Amino acid sequence: MTTSTRGAKAPAVLVLEDGRVFRGRAYGAVGETFGEAVFSTGMTGYQETLTDPSYHRQVVVMTAPHVGNTGVNDEDPESSRIWVSGYVVRDPARVPSNWRSRRSLDEELAAQGVVGISGIDTRALTRHLRERGAMRVGIFSGEAVAEDTALLAKVQAQPQMKGADLSAEVATKEAYVVPAIGEKRFTVAAVDLGIKGMTPHRMAERGIEVHVLPATATVEDVYAVNPDGVFFSNGPGDPATADHAVSVMQGVLERRTPLFGICFGNQILGRALGFGTYKLKYGHRGINQPVQDRTTGKVEVTAHNHGFAVDAPLDKVSETPFGRAEVSHVCLNDDVVEGLQLLDRPAFSVQYHPEAAAGPHDAAYLFDRFVSLMEGQRA
Amino acid sequence: MPKRTDIQSVLVIGSGPIVIGQAAEFDYSGTQACRILKAEGLRVILVNSNPATIMTDPEIADATYVEPITPEFVEKIIAKERPDALLPTLGGQTALNTAISMHEQGVLEKYNVELIGANVEAINKGEDRDLFKEVVERVREKIGHGESARSVICHSMDDVLKGVETLGGYPVVVRPSFTMGGAGSGFAHDEEELRRIAGQGLTLSPTTEVLLEESILGWKEYELELMRDKADNVVVVCSIENFDPMGVHTGDSITVAPAMTLTDREYQRLRDIGIAIIREVGVDTGGCNIQFAVNPADGRIIVIEMNPRVSRSSALASKATGFPIAKIAAKLAVGYTLDEIPNDITEKTPASFEPTLDYVVVKAPRFAFEKFPAADATLTTTMKSVGEAMAIGRNFTEALQKALRSLEKKGSQFTFTGEPGDKDALLLAAVRPTDGRINTVMQAIRAGATQEEVFEATKIDPWFVDQLFLIKEIADELAAAEKLDPELLAEAKRHGFSDAQIAEIRGLREDVVREVRHALGIRPVYKTVDTCAAEFAAKTPYFYSSYDEESEVAPRTKPAVIILGSGPNRIGQGIEFDYSCVHASFALSDAGYETVMVNCNPETVSTDYDTSDRLYFEPLTLEDVLEIVHAESLAGPIAGVVVQLGGQTPLGLSQALKDNGVPVVGTSPEAIHAAEDRGAFGRVLAEAGLPAPKHGTATTFAGAKAIADEIGYPVLVRPSYVLGGRGMEIVYDEARLEAYIAESTEISPTRPVLVDRFLDDAIEIDVDALYDGEELYLGGVMEHIEEAGIHSGDSACALPPITLGGFDIKRLRASTEAIAKGVGVRGLINIQFAMAGDILYVLEANPRASRTVPFTSKATAVPLAKAAARISLGATIAELREEGLLPRTGDGGTLPLDAPISVKEAVMPWSRFRDIHGRGVDTVLGPEMRSTGEVMGIDSVFGTAYAKSQAGAYGPLPTKGRAFISVANRDKRSMIFPARELMAHGFELLATSGTAEVLRRNGINATVVRKLSEGEGPGGEKTIVQLIHDGQVDLIVNTPYGTGGRLDGYEIRTAAVSRGVPCLTTVQALAAAVQGIDALNRGDVGVRSLQEHADQLTAARD
Repeated sequence: MTTSTRGAKAPAVLVLEDGRVFRGRAYGAVGETFGEAVFSTGMTGYQETLTDPSYHRQVVVMTAPHVGNTGVNDEDPESSRIWVSGYVVRDPARVPSNWRSRRSLDEELAAQGVVGISGIDTRALTRHLRERGAMRVGIFSGEAVAEDTALLAKVQAQPQMKGADLSAEVATKEAYVVPAIGEKRFTVAAVDLGIKGMTPHRMAERGIEVHVLPATATVEDVYAVNPDGVFFSNGPGDPATADHAVSVMQGVLERRTPLFGICFGNQILGRALGFGTYKLKYGHRGINQPVQDRTTGKVEVTAHNHGFAVDAPLDKVSETPFGRAEVSHVCLNDDVVEGLQLLDRPAFSVQYHPEAAAGPHDAAYLFDRFVSLMEGQRA
Repeated sequence: MPKRTDIQSVLVIGSGPIVIGQAAEFDYSGTQACRILKAEGLRVILVNSNPATIMTDPEIADATYVEPITPEFVEKIIAKERPDALLPTLGGQTALNTAISMHEQGVLEKYNVELIGANVEAINKGEDRDLFKEVVERVREKIGHGESARSVICHSMDDVLKGVETLGGYPVVVRPSFTMGGAGSGFAHDEEELRRIAGQGLTLSPTTEVLLEESILGWKEYELELMRDKADNVVVVCSIENFDPMGVHTGDSITVAPAMTLTDREYQRLRDIGIAIIREVGVDTGGCNIQFAVNPADGRIIVIEMNPRVSRSSALASKATGFPIAKIAAKLAVGYTLDEIPNDITEKTPASFEPTLDYVVVKAPRFAFEKFPAADATLTTTMKSVGEAMAIGRNFTEALQKALRSLEKKGSQFTFTGEPGDKDALLLAAVRPTDGRINTVMQAIRAGATQEEVFEATKIDPWFVDQLFLIKEIADELAAAEKLDPELLAEAKRHGFSDAQIAEIRGLREDVVREVRHALGIRPVYKTVDTCAAEFAAKTPYFYSSYDEESEVAPRTKPAVIILGSGPNRIGQGIEFDYSCVHASFALSDAGYETVMVNCNPETVSTDYDTSDRLYFEPLTLEDVLEIVHAESLAGPIAGVVVQLGGQTPLGLSQALKDNGVPVVGTSPEAIHAAEDRGAFGRVLAEAGLPAPKHGTATTFAGAKAIADEIGYPVLVRPSYVLGGRGMEIVYDEARLEAYIAESTEISPTRPVLVDRFLDDAIEIDVDALYDGEELYLGGVMEHIEEAGIHSGDSACALPPITLGGFDIKRLRASTEAIAKGVGVRGLINIQFAMAGDILYVLEANPRASRTVPFTSKATAVPLAKAAARISLGATIAELREEGLLPRTGDGGTLPLDAPISVKEAVMPWSRFRDIHGRGVDTVLGPEMRSTGEVMGIDSVFGTAYAKSQAGAYGPLPTKGRAFISVANRDKRSMIFPARELMAHGFELLATSGTAEVLRRNGINATVVRKLSEGEGPGGEKTIVQLIHDGQVDLIVNTPYGTGGRLDGYEIRTAAVSRGVPCLTTVQALAAAVQGIDALNRGDVGVRSLQEHADQLTAARD
C-alpha cells in the first residue's frame, strides 16, 4: 500500500489564560506565539483577515471549519504581510483549488513565521470566548510544547490588549501616495493607524488621490498635502491610548475639513468629541453583521473587526465641543454604536468596514458620502 | 414598518401531489407560512390536493380545501371565500403558474384579490427566459458583472435548427420555458438529440418556447438564496456549491453548503450580482434562488436562472442554516421588514443578517432507477431524483459520509474492500454523471487514479477530489494498522467513517467495532445549528453529531420520547410517513412528553426545528440512533423510542434497538416479526382461521413451475425480502415464468422466490386500524378502484368503500381484530385484503403507520397517527375516546350514510424518464409501486370525488370530444357499459379493429383507427399514435396484457404522457371516470373545506 500523505504534523497545544487547554496539530510555522484570542465568523476572506493590520497581536480563531481551500494569491492581501500573531483552524486544506492560487496557506503561514494550530474544537473555543470574553492565549508546537502549567504561566505573563498602543507598530513609516484612478478630483490625507489596502483603493476609484501618512503625522503634516478631506483608518489596540491621533483629529475638526473615519478612526472621533470608549466582551469579527443606518432605516450587512466600541447615547443628539453629534449607525445584534456624525461640521465615521475586504459591499456608499462632503465644501 | 392592516384574509396555494422536482419541501414551506399568517391574526384559506401533507391538517389553516389546484377550482374557492390576498410563492411552480393564469384570466381583478409575495411582473421577469436575460444585461450595465450564457429563444423546430448555427454548433443546452424541476430540458450533442429534446420541450412549455444555450458543461455551479423586504433590505441566506459540476440538475447533484471553493472576492461578486438581480426583477417581499456557473479556468460568471419563489433549494438552505426562509417570506409578504423579525434561534438578534456556518452541510439525492429499468440513468439537466438526504458535520468528509449513509441504499456508502476494478474503465465510467458516480470515483482512486485524472474525467473541483483522497487514505490506514488504536479510530470517525465501514475494512462485526469504540470512550458530541457560528447563544436545540470535543445537549427533566423519522423520500416511503411522525410529535408533546425527532430528510416538516422539542438531524442507521439514545439518556429520562410511524426505515431497526437495550414502545419487535415473516404470519392467519391466497416458495424454475401448476395461473411472483413491491410481477403463463426466474438476480437458496395465487378480478381492500391490546378502532376501509395486482400505492381507492356492504365491513373488522390481536399490535396496523367471489383473502399486514394514514385521517376527520403515538406510550382507545382524540362512539367502519366520499389517486412520474434512445418509459401499472405522490378528491358522491381526484392528479377529465378505446381480450366484456355511457355523453369513440368489432356488435358505433403497426393508410389515414400526437384524442383507454405490453400499447401510452392526454389503463378506472364525466356534465361540482366536512361528520356522529 501507499504511504499516507496525510500530514503527520507535530502536536500543538493552545492554552488560554484561564487555564483551558486544547490539543491539536501544528499549522503553519512550528514554535510558540502569544496574543489575544478572538474569533472571526467570516466564511470567506481568510487572506484578507490574516493581512489586516487590525489583527496585530491577536490570535484569530476561525469559526469556519475549512480554511485554505482557495490557497493564497497575490491580489487579495490587505497589506504587505500577515499580521495575526497566531492562527487557529479546524480543518486546513491539503490541496488549494483556485485559478488565482499561487501557493498553499500552510506554506504561506510557515514562510511568514506565523504559528498556528489545527484540528481542535474551534466551536468549543469560540463558545468559551463568547462566555468569558476575549483573553490572552498561547499556541505551542514542536519543541515549545511543555507541561501545561509552564505554558499557562507564559501566557499569563503576556501583556493585555486593554491599554495597548499598537498603531505605530503596524502603520507605514513613510508617507506614500495612492494615485486616483482616472481623473483626479480630490486629495485626501489618510492617517494610517493600520490601514487596509482596500480603503485607499475604494477612494482612488472615486477620483481621490490618497496621501497615506504615518500614525505619527502631525496636524501640520496633514495639511501639508493640502487635503480636500482627511481620513482616519482602522487599526489595532486600545483607542484610550491614542491621544496623539485624537489631538490631530481635533485639529482637523477645528478647521472644518471634511473628515471620515473607519473602525479605529470611529473610536478616535468618539474620543475627539469627548465620548468614552470601552472594550467589548468578545468583540465583533465577521462579515454578516446587521447595521442600521438610522437616517434611512435601511439595514446593511457589513464586515466588522473591532474589540472596542464608542460609548455614546443612542437616544439623543449630544452636544460636543464641535457642535451637535449623533449616533448614525447601530448594530442590530447588540445595539453597539457603529457610526457617528456631526450635525454642524462635515465629519462622520463608522465602526465597521465599508471597504469590505473581506465582506459584503453594502456600505460602499459611505465613500460616496465622503466625496459629497468634499464636494459640499468646495461649493 | 409593521404589518399591513388592509389584509384580513389570505389564500395560500400549495403544490399538489408529490412529483419529481416538486416534493415535500413545499409542505414544509407552506406549513410554516400558514402557521405564521394565522398567528398574525389573518384568516388563512388553503388549497392543496395532496392529503399527505401537514399543511392540509385542519388546524393549520382556517379553511382547508383539498381540491384540485386548477384555475377553475381555485376560482370557485375565491368566489366562496373572497380572500383579500393570494400568496402564490410557497407552492412551487404549480402555485405560481396557477396564480399567473388566474391573473391573466382576470379572476384576481374580478374578485379584487391582491397578489402578495411577488407581483406578476416580477414573476414574469424571473421565469421568462427573454425577460430574464434582459435583467441580467441591465445588472451587468449597473455593476459590471454577470452575464447570461449566449443563447437563442426558439418557438419552432426551424428556429431551433438555425439557433444551433448562431451558437457555433453542438453541444447545446435545451431549456423549455415555464416548466418545473427543469422538465424537458437536456443536452443535445447532435441533430437527432436536438430534434427530440427540443420537440418535447416545445410541447411541454405552456408558451411553446425553448431556449438554446452555449454549453457550460463542467463549470463550477453555485446557488444563492436571497430575501428582500419592502424597505429594500436584502440578505443572502446561504450559498450552496454543487459537488457535481454543471450538467447535472442541482436537484440531482450532491450539494454542499456553504460554498467551499470561492475566495471572498469571488463570493462577493456572486452576492453583488444576486442582490442586483433580486432588485431588478422586483421581488420585493420574499425570497428567491439564483443559480450561477463559474468557469474554473478564469472565474467568468454566468447567471443561469432564478426562481422568484420559495424552492427546494430554499428548504435545504433553511435546514442548513436554521434561517426559516418560508416563515420569513410569509412575514415579509404581509408587510414586515427583516429587521422587525427576530431570529428564532438566538431570539435576541434580528433576521436582517446573513447566517454564518461553523459546520458543513452535504445533501445527496436519492434515485429510483431500479423502479424504471428501461429508463436512461444518466443525470442531465432534467431532475430525476425522488428524494434527498442531508447531513451536517464539522467538516466535509464527515458530512459527506453521513449523507451517503443517510441514503439507506445498498452501495451508497463508500466501500474499501474487494477489487476496485480497472482504473481506466472506472475513470471512463465516471465521465457520465449517474446515481452513485461518487462511488465510481472512489473506486477509481482505489485503483490508482491521480487527482488530475479524476478532475479530467469528472471536472469535480480539485478540492473535493482531494477530500475523497483523504477518505481513501484513512481507509488505507485502517486496513494497514496492526490494531485499532484510539488515535486512528478517532481520526476515522472524525472523517465520517461508520462503524459498519470500519468493520468491513477490518473484517470485524459492526457491533464489535462499536464495543471497542465505546470502550475507548470515542463517542460523538452534539453541536447546535445556531445561524451565527456560536457568536450568540442558541435557544433552539437543533443538533447534529460530530466527533469533536464539546457536546451542547442540555439536561432536561421531562421524560423524552424519541421519534424516528423515515429518511429520504423514495417511491413507497414518502411524505405520508413524515406526516405520521409529525403528528406523533404534536400529540406526545400535548401529552406532556419532551419530543425528540430524528431524521435526515431536509424536505420535511419533521426536520423543522420547531416541530419537536429537540431535533437531531442525523442518519437513521443503528449506529447513529444508538448514539442519540445514549446522549439523550445522559440528558434525562427516556420514556421510549417510537419506530412505528416512519415506515420501513425505523421499523427495520426495531429488533436491533431492543437488543441494545433501547426501550422500543408500541408494537414489539417480536410482533413486527410475526407480521413480516411469512411463516410466522401464516401461523397467525391459521390460528384465526383466515384464508390467504395459495402460495409456495421456490429457488428454481422447476420448483416455481410446480407451484404455479398446482395453484393455477396467473401467479404473483416476487423475490423474498423486498420492499415496495420491488421486482414483483403478475405472470400469466409458463413462458413468462421461466423468463422471470432467468432474469431475476436476487433468487438464491437463501432468498427464494415467492409464488402466490394471483386473485384475478378480486377487489382489493386496504384497512387502517388502531389496536391497544383490548379494543380495535377501525380507522378506515378503502376500496381500490383498480383490481388486485396493482400495487396499493399506485391504485386509486375510495373511502368509505363504495361497493361493500355492512356484512363485508363486519367481516373485515373481525379479520382485522384477529390479526391485530394475533400479531400483538399496540398502535397502527394496515392490512390488505382481496375479496374474490365471496372469500376475503388476507394479502399482507404491516404493523406500522401506512401510506394511507393521512388520507384516512383526513377522510374521516380523526387523527389516527396521534392516537397511535399515544397508544404506543400506554394510552387505551377507551381513554382516547374519553379525551376526545378519537370519536366517543363508532369508528371508520361505521361512518354515517351521508359521510363524504374521498378518492385517493396516485400520481406517476412517467414523463420524467426516457430510455437510452430517448423514448418514454411504459406507463402500465403493476404490482411494483412507482407512483411518487397522491391526491385526494372529496365530495358528497363518488363520481364527483373521482373527477376531482383526476383533475388534481392529471388535469380535468374531458367532458366531450374523442375517446380512444383499445382493451385486452379479458377486459372486452366489462368495457361495453362504460363505452355506451361515453357515447351517451356525446363522445366520439375511436377504436382499433378488434375492439371496434366488439363495440359494434353491442350496438356502439366506433370509428376504426389504424394501429401503429399498420402504419399510415394509403389515403394518409393517420395511426392512433399520430392522432394522439396531433392532439386529436381527448381520452385514452388502453389496458395492457401482462407487463411489458405490446408495442402498440406502449407507443399509445407514452404518446398520451407526452401530450398530457388522460390515459386509463384499467376498465375499473374507465368505469369510475365515466361516473366522473357524468358528474362534471351535470355541472354541480362545488368546493367544500375539510373543516366543513368535519363539522358535518362530527354532527352526524353525535
